[in-house]
Amino acid sequence: MHMLQKLEPGAVSGLAAALSGAAQTPLSRRFVLAAMGGAGIGLVLGLKADVAHAAPAGANAAGQAFNPFVKIAPDGTVTVIVKHLDKGQGIATGLATLAADEMDADWSKVTTQFAPADGKTYGNALFGGAQGTGGSTSIAASYTVYRTAGAAARAMLVAAAARQWGVDPATIKVSKGMVSAGSRSAGFGALAEAAAKEPVPAEPKLKEASAFTLIGKEGVHRVDNVAKTTGARIYTQDLKLPDMLVAVVAHPPRFGATPKSFDATAAKAVKGVQDVVMVPQGVAVLATTTHAAIKGRDALKVEWDESKAETRSTADMLADYRGALAKPGLPVETHGDVEAALKAPGVKLVEAEFEFPYLAHAAMEPMNAAARVKDGAVTIWTGSQLPVADVPNAARTAGVSPDKVEIRTQWAGGSFGRRALASSDFVVEAVAIAKAHGKGVPVKLVWTREDDMKSGYYRPVYVHKVRAAVDASGKPVAWHHHVVGQSIIAGTFFEPMLVKDGIDDTSVEGTHGAYDIPNMKVELTTMKAGVPVLWWRSVGHTHTAYAVEVVMDQLARAAGQDPVAFRLAHATDERLKAVIRLAADKAGWGTPLPAGRTRGIAAHKSFNTYVAEVVEISLADSGVKVERVVAAVDCGVVVNPDVVRAQIEGGIGFGLGAALHDAITLDKGAVEQGNFDTYAPLRMSEMPKVEVHIVASDVAPTGVGEPGVPPLAPAVANAVLAATGRPVHRLPFAGQAFKPA
Amino acid sequence: MAVTLTVNGQARTVDADPDTPLLWVLRDELDLVGTKFGCGQALCGACTVHLDGTPVRSCQTALGDVGDGKVVTIEGIQGREAEAVRAAWVSLDVVQCGYCQSGQIMSAVALLSENKKPTDPDIDAAMDGNVCRCATYHRIRAAIHDAARRLEA
Repeated sequence: MHMLQKLEPGAVSGLAAALSGAAQTPLSRRFVLAAMGGAGIGLVLGLKADVAHAAPAGANAAGQAFNPFVKIAPDGTVTVIVKHLDKGQGIATGLATLAADEMDADWSKVTTQFAPADGKTYGNALFGGAQGTGGSTSIAASYTVYRTAGAAARAMLVAAAARQWGVDPATIKVSKGMVSAGSRSAGFGALAEAAAKEPVPAEPKLKEASAFTLIGKEGVHRVDNVAKTTGARIYTQDLKLPDMLVAVVAHPPRFGATPKSFDATAAKAVKGVQDVVMVPQGVAVLATTTHAAIKGRDALKVEWDESKAETRSTADMLADYRGALAKPGLPVETHGDVEAALKAPGVKLVEAEFEFPYLAHAAMEPMNAAARVKDGAVTIWTGSQLPVADVPNAARTAGVSPDKVEIRTQWAGGSFGRRALASSDFVVEAVAIAKAHGKGVPVKLVWTREDDMKSGYYRPVYVHKVRAAVDASGKPVAWHHHVVGQSIIAGTFFEPMLVKDGIDDTSVEGTHGAYDIPNMKVELTTMKAGVPVLWWRSVGHTHTAYAVEVVMDQLARAAGQDPVAFRLAHATDERLKAVIRLAADKAGWGTPLPAGRTRGIAAHKSFNTYVAEVVEISLADSGVKVERVVAAVDCGVVVNPDVVRAQIEGGIGFGLGAALHDAITLDKGAVEQGNFDTYAPLRMSEMPKVEVHIVASDVAPTGVGEPGVPPLAPAVANAVLAATGRPVHRLPFAGQAFKPA
Repeated sequence: MAVTLTVNGQARTVDADPDTPLLWVLRDELDLVGTKFGCGQALCGACTVHLDGTPVRSCQTALGDVGDGKVVTIEGIQGREAEAVRAAWVSLDVVQCGYCQSGQIMSAVALLSENKKPTDPDIDAAMDGNVCRCATYHRIRAAIHDAARRLEA
């Protein structure tokens, strides 16, 4: 999905605007003002009547709408309407910060609500206007939108005060939610009603960066941190709607299988079970409580049609993938003459064949959605990451037109990409069950952990083969890189936009361009498998950064050079060099370490953000222990430095858990993992000390949700290489023996 | 069948079988949804509550085994340790998605109630059963130390 920013025509101009000093471009300001013009309907429909306990704690749903993004209540509460899903990355805080700073609002009186599904008003400019969250685009796409919305609201508050007091607007000051002129002052709440009637200014003046009071400042706390420490924050899992039933589904044991028949006698005998229905996704037990639905599901007897199911084991698939390396792939990038350069006299060759497993997202909140199909209309409650897909998919499933679908977006307990699907799998499942039940009541689809983990949509398995060389002077001169794996995009509605000449860029993004290699060939072979696959926090960079950065360390050793110096000598981008220098400096690269410890570095640009990470490890019988990680990040203008640090810290932990011990494997098509015993998440005792350093920048902001992940695993591998002299070409590390050299 | 239990200081009567996990009694019968469902197998700690002051996984605690035990959930947790933990959590902006944090906080409060000055290994031992997929561990650790300092003050 993040690829839209590179390939879709409308998106390209959006990105260009965002990256060329977004704040000042009239183009992007027109974009937001046009959006404001379309305010009314979506705003009113979406915000008026959400279930009471789904509203943010302390939020005042009433209030004057100044535009689609800002409302002010009589008590002075400023509500910022958030057009992106907050699944922990802090976007609600970020977008609220942008508007509140331009408004000069009192941060302690700022709250947020999620926008309804309304792409015209709440589209993502970096997705060509489609409404959705991903690819670490939200801040980049919204920076000007929310600042302009805040500045417009401020101008209207000033105009209203000037009119009431009969003073020149130029004499009016605004600070922390108070409007004042001379001895007169009024809070935002007192002025809201009159101010909302003022004309929307055509070109509200935005602040100079030097005037920011919230943007880029320390100590601006998350808007959601109190509700998330008291248990008050409500997620989809917690919804209790009038007459709601809970659905738990028996899913097929293999991908591609479908239900043939079922016997619900025992299930219906469970107290609380109300109905059992067959849907394309499986057989659903509907009950008055979650426990009854689970018990009912466990009591079901289902026969499956497995004639079209994937029945290979992952070992078979890997053998197929390795076989595909023998034949040429489709050309991704070709320059120079790689074969000649690899054979040139005096070069030192490095060869590596990498294996990457399927990975599950395994968000703490298992995937879920509530749906009601009633009177020809559909209402959905879920953490909708891709309303542009969820609305039409729900409409098709229910047999209604898309304008009859309403989405009430809920805070999400993690996603890491899993909630952004072209197929809207769990949303469609909830709608199908609600429709099949046919009583017009809300049905909350609950997946158990096992349902979630076995549901597919994994980060695909990939095999890479790299042959690279340095010349006698130690310069990298040749790089042949062949990637083999499933396409995330193929077969989805994104395909016409995102697959060009057979190349799904999400399979190969990050394989080339970071370093100056005069002779290069990158190839892709796309494999077919019956396992649904999806983007997983940082998408293609999850594996390409690993292959590139591990080979870079192998080349540095072949050249007899220090890994940091080697990268600095050959990196093509000054911003990448700067984060490498900063991370190396802060980590004390080159200084002595305690006995038994080694360091490794990796650096990678993803989603237009640059991150370098230096890790320190020790080796124990139990495997690799990561002791410390020092990260440097350049994400352009920083909206909230603490949220940036948090996302890099989290990316490091997320990447580390996967690198250490995660893999989804199939035995004759059946997923072998089901819960956190067999798919082990990172735990407290494995979390290293982390330091995050931010490069000061006035370049347009980019995202931080994903870019912390890619450098972590190769940095660990490079520290293992430093300890053992052997590169690690297979993930996860678990099950591999590492002996100090 | 009707079962009476003490939750957050109040006697509550529910109509549920004794084998029903306490988690679902709290969430579905008593509307105490701050206690989260994460794994159903006592592997993630999102459902952690206190039973007579001891942290337990409510997904693997049968209603019938609660008996006269006093159940405290995230909604009812009080006292100096709870206040210190919450203050530290907010001050350090620990949360990201937040889904695991009720369980994290219940485990942290229990740790600090037993151990006023936990070391890093103490924290590892007490908190290793609480999974956070956002990997906020780094801040949880810092927040527990911060809460310990607040309790000293």
